[in-house]
Amino acid sequence: MSNGPLEIKAISGHAGPVPGRDTSRDYDVAKLIDVTTCIGCKACEVACLEWNGYPFRETVFDNTYQTMPDLEWNYYNLIRFNEHVADDGTLSWLMRKDGCLHCADPGCLRACPSDGAIVQYSNGIVDFQQDYCIGCQYCVTGCPFNIPRFNPETKKVHKCTLCSDRVGAGLEPACIKACPTGCLHFGSKDDMKDLAEKRATQLREHSSHKNAGVYDPPGVGGTHVMYVLHDIDNPERYGGLPKDPQVPLSVRFWKGPLKWLGNVAMVGGILGVALHYLRYGPKNVDDEPQDIGEPK
Amino acid sequence: MTGEIERYTYRERMCHWITGLVYLYCLSTGLAFYTPYLFWIAIALGGGPTSRFWHPVIGLAFFAAQMWMHHLWSGDMTVTAIDRKWLDKTEDYATNHDENVPPQGRFNAGQKLFYWAMFYGAFFLLASGLVMWFPEYVPAGLRWIRAWAILIHEAAALLTIGAFIIHVYMGVFTVPGSVAAMVDGHVSTAWARTHHRLWYDRVAEKTAPPE
Repeated sequence: MSNGPLEIKAISGHAGPVPGRDTSRDYDVAKLIDVTTCIGCKACEVACLEWNGYPFRETVFDNTYQTMPDLEWNYYNLIRFNEHVADDGTLSWLMRKDGCLHCADPGCLRACPSDGAIVQYSNGIVDFQQDYCIGCQYCVTGCPFNIPRFNPETKKVHKCTLCSDRVGAGLEPACIKACPTGCLHFGSKDDMKDLAEKRATQLREHSSHKNAGVYDPPGVGGTHVMYVLHDIDNPERYGGLPKDPQVPLSVRFWKGPLKWLGNVAMVGGILGVALHYLRYGPKNVDDEPQDIGEPK
Repeated sequence: MTGEIERYTYRERMCHWITGLVYLYCLSTGLAFYTPYLFWIAIALGGGPTSRFWHPVIGLAFFAAQMWMHHLWSGDMTVTAIDRKWLDKTEDYATNHDENVPPQGRFNAGQKLFYWAMFYGAFFLLASGLVMWFPEYVPAGLRWIRAWAILIHEAAALLTIGAFIIHVYMGVFTVPGSVAAMVDGHVSTAWARTHHRLWYDRVAEKTAPPE
């Protein structure tokens, strides 16, 4: 990994050009999660809490392996346990580490109105800068994966940072370091794609998972957290992983055409009334009574 | 211009300016969230988080003020047959050929259009705004509602902004005496007769000294 400072290539809510726009200085980093070798030990969850200095949250026991019911503002990654019964009656116990996927085209960053509250580094990491966060939660709306979580006390939104602090210092993310089965991998996006494809091929050829594949959804430009899934056609089984995630159409329309339409209409409206005044001027009042005989 | 005819009561004027003030706050902070080029407004008004905190609260005040205004003016704002005639002559009105425009009651059809744009806009803004205020209470399965709420909020806001630009322009520039009327409540006889003949006739009859 690079030991240099993280270069920024995209900034939320930013007027004007971004220094280093679309640059790729070293290489994109990526995390690969091979769900087929995850044993649900939750070491990644603990490592995440430890590294980020958050205490364990209170939780409820719901008679399953699920430690926490959901992601929280200080709980960036969570293994989702799902039981799936296939048509032939076989049961699969699916475990998927859920968290931010660090999209190449991040819906959160597109939606964010606050300058610098969300940045995308040149290595592909999408990071929230809570100092600049205004708590509007537009990112929650923009995210196709339902990841960002709001802290109602501080009114800031949080999510997985892909340990940008560690990666910037040349280390792997904390969860990678903790994983005991080697189901988590970290490296350049190209290497991880390569590794993922190899693993998927291996599964297809040497196991009963004939439909194994790599989850790197193109609808969001690919992600910097990828999955190897047993059945690539049914990602929904893994606790609501969308099949074809997209930045919501309404968000793209809102941040695209509607913005332009609105700007043109507002500036045009102000110019229009100014021109109207120059052309027609004010309406003058007749001081002379025209209707003689009317009561005054 | 202190006139002799009372056009707006004290209560109406209070309602108008309170609505205008809270609308301006929501407009300013809303524009800050609307485009990065105007985000400095949020900074100037106390910072991004502060603006984000107050925008929905003041938004509620705007809705309440709008309802108060409806209580005061809904009768005068009812669209009538005269308004349809006026709307046919909008071009004449806009080009100051007022002699071709049929005489109007207390409010002309243009004012009524503005009023109803703000009135219905307020409902759309409130409904979509509540979703945007508390998106965490929208179930994950209904997440599309959040996204559409933002779109509706923005579209409704743009509609009111368009109406607002024309309203301020008309009041301040094209119809001299309007601002004074809304400040001290009175207009001159000539003003009333020129701009709102039917209303003037009604009022003049009522206030005419017995012969």
